Amino acid sequence: MKDALTATDPRETAFEEHVSADGQVEPKDWMPEAYRKTLVRQISQHAHSEIIGMQPEGNWITRAPSLRRKVALIAKVQDEAGHGLYLYSAAETLGASRDDMVDALLEGKAKYSSIFNYPTPTWADIGAIGWLVDGAAITNQVPLCRTSYGPYARAMVRVCKEESFHQRQGYEIMLQLARGTDAQKKMAQEALNRWWWPCLMMFGPPDHDSPNSARSMAWKIKRHSNDELRQRFVDQTVPQAEFLGLSIPDPDLKWNEERGHYDFGTPPWDEFMEVVKGNGPCNRQRLNARRKAHDDGAWVREAALAHAEKRRERAEAASQAA
Amino acid sequence: MSKQHWPLWEVFVRGKNGLAHKHAGSIRAADGRMALENARDLYTRRGEGASLWVVPAEAIIASAPEDKGELFDPADDKVYRHPTFYEIPDDVGHM
Repeated sequence: MKDALTATDPRETAFEEHVSADGQVEPKDWMPEAYRKTLVRQISQHAHSEIIGMQPEGNWITRAPSLRRKVALIAKVQDEAGHGLYLYSAAETLGASRDDMVDALLEGKAKYSSIFNYPTPTWADIGAIGWLVDGAAITNQVPLCRTSYGPYARAMVRVCKEESFHQRQGYEIMLQLARGTDAQKKMAQEALNRWWWPCLMMFGPPDHDSPNSARSMAWKIKRHSNDELRQRFVDQTVPQAEFLGLSIPDPDLKWNEERGHYDFGTPPWDEFMEVVKGNGPCNRQRLNARRKAHDDGAWVREAALAHAEKRRERAEAASQAA
Repeated sequence: MSKQHWPLWEVFVRGKNGLAHKHAGSIRAADGRMALENARDLYTRRGEGASLWVVPAEAIIASAPEDKGELFDPADDKVYRHPTFYEIPDDVGHM
């Protein structure tokens, strides 16, 4: 007989069986504390990424080259804000407080995707972000539509529907530049050179260096490994670059007939670790901009509550008088 | 830093007339009117809605997962509530 300390909680066994049979978990269902924690961490980081992700593109709204590009970019950045809100709500269903999540971001304690710590020096970077960053995000997020936690999966369904517009508008920008003047084509190529490796690193470290992956996969939070998703992204993207007439900045990139996949070089993981530690080109700028926006909006949050309270009191007084 | 909490609201969207309102997600807002405006901006940016409900999240009374058996199992052994329980000769035609 097992003693009480080492015995597995029968609820945990039932939970493991349920998720491994592709069962969904809903907010009030019993779940292991580690499952809850993993999800809160992943969903809140995902939400922070959407919110910080508004900045590199927001940078170009006032300088978009045409009204058509401008309305599309505004709509895209607004979508990113919306995605952040869907995700914060999903994390709240696990008992996480939205204020705590926001504070963790503002205090620099929470992580967000490193990709948003890179700058957007030219208009072509906006094309490259839509095509590559959103393309990588879609590769990551499509499998998350079937993740085991219901509210996260449902948020991802909405997000994925919206992301496909993002990727197409980015590719259209790249296409127009690639078919433009020599200077425009050069601008597009340079943007691809800047974003290629950071995009490959969006999928996270190689599987052998990703200690939490196995458990997330057992819980069906994650459906595919980092390396599988990275390969999928490369395979999808190379022909798209060829169509543009641009070259991927990787001398080791070549089709492997035997594997039926592209072979590709090793991303600069040292750089990745530096960016994760806060030393990327824009880490400080991104957090400072977010803090400023949060502080500048404080009076709005307070005024809205004061206004709601005043309206409530008036309505109460009116109903008493009646 | 003083904490200002906007309450949580659950959002229900009717896609078009003839369909029921369906839960879309939640939002935070200071009051009902702002909740409607925020829900419009967040959940119906692409023509998804013909009508919106917002409900204070704390007003929802939900059944507990652990009561699932007690609440729903009694229906399991009442096969006579389903049309297939009744044997009607094929010759009668569609019924």
